[in-house]
Amino acid sequence: MAEVNNSSVIQLLADRFGAKVSGVNEPYGLLTVETTKDVIIVVLTYLKETEGAKFSFLTDITAVHYPDTKHIAVVYHLHNMVNKIRIRVKVFIHEQTPSIPTATVLWNGANWMERETYDFFGVKFEGHPDLRRILNMDELNVHPMLKQYPLEDPNRVDKKDEYFGR
Amino acid sequence: MNHNQPVYTDNDPQNELVTLNLGPTHPATHGVFQNVLQLDGERIVSGVSTIGYIHRAFEKIAEHRPFYQITPLTDRLNYCSSPINNMGWHMTVEKLLNIKVPKRVDYLRIIVMELARISDHIICNTIIAQDTGATTTFLYLFQFREHIYEIYEEICGARLTTNIGRIGGFERDFNDIAFAKINKFLKEFPVALREFESLLNRNRIFIDRTAGVACVTPEQALDYSWSGPLLRATGVDYDVRVSEPYCSYDEFDFEVPVGTSGDIYDRYLVRNEEMWQSVSLIEQALEKLKHEPAGIFHADVPDFYLPAKEEVYNNMEALIYHFKIVMGEIDAPKAEVYHAVEGGNGELGFYLINDGGRTPYRLHFRRPSFINYSMYAKMSEGMLLSDAIINMSSMNIIAGELDA
Repeated sequence: MAEVNNSSVIQLLADRFGAKVSGVNEPYGLLTVETTKDVIIVVLTYLKETEGAKFSFLTDITAVHYPDTKHIAVVYHLHNMVNKIRIRVKVFIHEQTPSIPTATVLWNGANWMERETYDFFGVKFEGHPDLRRILNMDELNVHPMLKQYPLEDPNRVDKKDEYFGR
Repeated sequence: MNHNQPVYTDNDPQNELVTLNLGPTHPATHGVFQNVLQLDGERIVSGVSTIGYIHRAFEKIAEHRPFYQITPLTDRLNYCSSPINNMGWHMTVEKLLNIKVPKRVDYLRIIVMELARISDHIICNTIIAQDTGATTTFLYLFQFREHIYEIYEEICGARLTTNIGRIGGFERDFNDIAFAKINKFLKEFPVALREFESLLNRNRIFIDRTAGVACVTPEQALDYSWSGPLLRATGVDYDVRVSEPYCSYDEFDFEVPVGTSGDIYDRYLVRNEEMWQSVSLIEQALEKLKHEPAGIFHADVPDFYLPAKEEVYNNMEALIYHFKIVMGEIDAPKAEVYHAVEGGNGELGFYLINDGGRTPYRLHFRRPSFINYSMYAKMSEGMLLSDAIINMSSMNIIAGELDA
């Protein structure tokens, strides 16, 4: 079996996708790449099935909101258990039109992870079989993990962050 | 997932499904789970899981707390093995800050984590037994969970939501009573566990209820992102402790038990064997501790580790650090970390993004219960209701970890 490591995966992705996979970085040894939402499923399929990558285990899907750049990053963590190597794939989508194709076509486990991400960030996973809220109540009309929603009632004067050292 | 439903004619009065609300507070489900089941007699035709009854927005709260105040939040994820969550969180922050902890701290942590794993597996396995009708084994082994909680009490003062340890080590050294209680536990627990096994492992009723029920193939398990004992019961030897050793687990000699069919009986056997391995890990850690200098229980990280109280009152520098930590004036570097530990139920991951401030910019918990449970409704299709109940027990879904 050929050696699979960060540099071989970077090379593989560069050969196949060129400029469509960018932002290659290795914080704390975990390979991180960025891609765009029109090729995300192709990239994930390639990472899952190609010899030399075989990231066949979906560890996690989540999102991060960056209000300064008006983006939501959808973050996928994949794992190759045989070669003990992980990869993080990020897709930046605009916060006004948060939609991305669903990964449930590749992993059934993505179902609830995407529902959670939808619930908290409002990311619409196109083609998801059952995109409903999962942890919050159905009547909630906001996506609470977005940064514009404060943790506490902003009208209260007795619970200012500065009094709590935060 | 076999669909052996009886065939009815069009106007058969029995051709009607019954809707059953199993939960959210059903005594058989050991937690706040709701499953709306369509029943044909005793057989489940389809089910829909509803979760979120104890959602507490920990990820949102964590964005407003300095790192050391997030530890109590992690307690309340899998509250049956909170020390593993605590340690996982400390190790994530230590990875972020590039803190190297002393070997003695690693070994102490392994003792606490393996005790937590034992208590987690005790709960799961005794409850499988309880749900198959064996109350004796439940009560018999459960007393050892109490002994483990007494050890926690000696170490940190708390029992269930432990908040054990600090960033960089422990808040205080293990005292002699703690070590005495650990040694006593190591002497008594194997005897009881062996008896527990002799009551159940070859018990005809138990095997009839569990073997061949809720079989899962390795392909299905990986497709649903299962991890932990559930995945290992299907035959995949994935254990974070071996795959990505943390906390000096690579120095230890232990085995990763795997099953073959992924049914409830295999899950039970895998968890039992893991308890034996945990006992052996604790013994090895105690042995290794003898070769480490005594009295070291934390790394030297004054920026993040609270100084001792007597230092604070008598020493200017300690007072300054104490003030800065408590008032949250120390910023952490800008970074992105994923750290995983082997929790009681599988890969417990912490995905931490810091933008250079004193609180996380984003913290996401990869919660094994949440991810494992997503297959439950699908698995239940075609199953008998009573089998679905023990299936849930054998998945050891902890509501706190499910809902975060």
